[in-house]
Amino acid sequence: MSNLSKEPSFLFGEDTIQYIQHAAATGLYDIRGLGAKRYLPSFDDLLFLAGSASRYPLEGYREKCTTTTVLGTRFAKKPIELKIPITIAGMSFGSLSANVKEALGLAATELGTSTTTGDGGMTSEERLSSKTLVYQCLPSRYGFNPDDVRRADAIELVIGQGAKPGGGGMLLGQKITARVAQMRTLPAGIDQRSACRHPDWTGPDDLTIKIQELREITDWQVPIYIKIGATRVFNDVKLAVHAGADVVVVDGMQGGTAATQKVFIEHVGVPTLVAVQQAVSALEEMNMKDKVQLIVSGGIRSGADVAKALAMGADAVSIGQGVLFALGCNSPTWIDHDGQHIDATEDYIKLGTMPGFCHHCHTGKCPVGVTTQDEILEKRLIPEVGARRVKNYFKTLNMELTTIARACGKSNVHHLEREDLVALTVESAAMAHIPLAGTNWIPGLKEI
Amino acid sequence: MYGQFSDMNQYLHHNLDKSNVSNIRIIHPDGAHSIAVGLDVPVNIEIEGHAGYFCAGMNKQANVTINGNVGWSVAENIMSGMVRVKGYASECAGASGHGGTLIIERDASLRCGISMKGVDIIVGGSVGNFSAFMAQDGHLVVCGDAGDGLGDSIYEAIIYVRGKIKSLGADARIEPLTDEDHKVLAKLLALAGFKHDTKEFKRVASARQLYHWNADANQEY
Repeated sequence: MSNLSKEPSFLFGEDTIQYIQHAAATGLYDIRGLGAKRYLPSFDDLLFLAGSASRYPLEGYREKCTTTTVLGTRFAKKPIELKIPITIAGMSFGSLSANVKEALGLAATELGTSTTTGDGGMTSEERLSSKTLVYQCLPSRYGFNPDDVRRADAIELVIGQGAKPGGGGMLLGQKITARVAQMRTLPAGIDQRSACRHPDWTGPDDLTIKIQELREITDWQVPIYIKIGATRVFNDVKLAVHAGADVVVVDGMQGGTAATQKVFIEHVGVPTLVAVQQAVSALEEMNMKDKVQLIVSGGIRSGADVAKALAMGADAVSIGQGVLFALGCNSPTWIDHDGQHIDATEDYIKLGTMPGFCHHCHTGKCPVGVTTQDEILEKRLIPEVGARRVKNYFKTLNMELTTIARACGKSNVHHLEREDLVALTVESAAMAHIPLAGTNWIPGLKEI
Repeated sequence: MYGQFSDMNQYLHHNLDKSNVSNIRIIHPDGAHSIAVGLDVPVNIEIEGHAGYFCAGMNKQANVTINGNVGWSVAENIMSGMVRVKGYASECAGASGHGGTLIIERDASLRCGISMKGVDIIVGGSVGNFSAFMAQDGHLVVCGDAGDGLGDSIYEAIIYVRGKIKSLGADARIEPLTDEDHKVLAKLLALAGFKHDTKEFKRVASARQLYHWNADANQEY
């Protein structure tokens, strides 16, 4: 047996051979949920330079560090004021259950932050549970209606999503229940494709007029966000600002999705690290930094990630996948009404996966009741339990954020700045425009 | 940025509900955008001239008549009520409309009825390419001709065309009219005031071959 040849191929490794043979057998591409799993340069490639002799740190447990965040100050009569710069990203009812949407609203309200609807309209559960709710206007316009426009606290025009910029949404038939179908005006059980372009405008000039229409409908009261999937971020942000956005949301390629083609998730877009740098550069070049607020999303996980995004120039971050994990996504157990942890490993195995590796949101058979419309499975996520977990998660992030900010000598997390950061690798230095640690070198910049 | 019709729109939003005003004339629209958007009151509005983009967008309850032409996306996302364009309509007329009625007495340009979700659209003339793209519900009546890609990726909406169809989009097919179709079509034509025999129309609807992923239809997705 020891004479068997097992010389591995880098180009055609086991995974690649499996991919080719699956394609050959089925003629179909892979569809899955969550975000990119490949290695990408990220906020992990940046480090903070905290206070020492040359910078004066604040006392960690005694001196205040403000986290108040105001969004939409440009044109809206009623900008949004949040207690923390960490918001909940748009995720659809359809991909998530009504219980989850309610949990997110409850958590956001307790935290003093916002949550966001998704492709599928606004549910009564999330409106009632959310003090501050951002209403997405997506290309599909599923469930989009003027009553919900008027009861939204902000409108987010979604041009793209980091996991699939240039692509529309998907919701496979197993998740199109009667309620989802009714909200989307679609037949139940079909494999639903969302459009990638808006039905009533195309280019940036039209977008300007579309924003004006939304402002007219809402009497200029609420902020208008524009969300873009990170590709040509510098130009897209400039166009969004020209079009009249109050807030620009930039979603890097590490962002998640309920379902899309794997080739999209892994091969389209640019990392969040690049996206935030280009977005800030665009705002600065237009002299619109701090006039138009920037929200960054796409793979934000920890308080360190939040702090780095803010230091690079973001005003707030938005989190989707981290919220799902906080709710129990990929946990081996779900929690019942008595607080007991019930093992769900068998249900993961039925899906052909294990806790920690599951990205089967598209199947609608989420073992922990998060990304499902199944009436039995969705009961595995109790709104109050989910809300408590998301609240704990965000509180942890906020404490980590303020810990770093104080160490850098900031009494306000929005005072974090690029000068507080160094890059660990040449590639991250080039992408983030942050000097390589121990040098003043930013590859690609003529002047430093 | 504050529009020339912002004060008027806010008046229409907030001052009609408890007033006795039931008829309003808007003069000198001058092609402005977003005229009479977001209405939610049973009022009759006459716009005396041409209007720009998004005229009567997201309309509920109101009856809006434009005595002229309109720009893009007239009555986009209409929920109820009626919008009548006496002249021509530019692109995306009635886009994503959920209910109510949109009547265009002359031609409508590209993508008329795109993503429609229950609105009834009746066009006295012809419609441009890609009309009723991804149309989910409602009816599109075309008394003239239809351009390329009619009803591409259509769901449950029904299209009636009296004239020529340049080409059909993916998953759209021509079907015979049923008795129910004749009744529905006659009612819509009467509502618009168009006098045509329903027997002159073709019905276009979804072949429903793309409702589930199909490896043999890869170029259709």
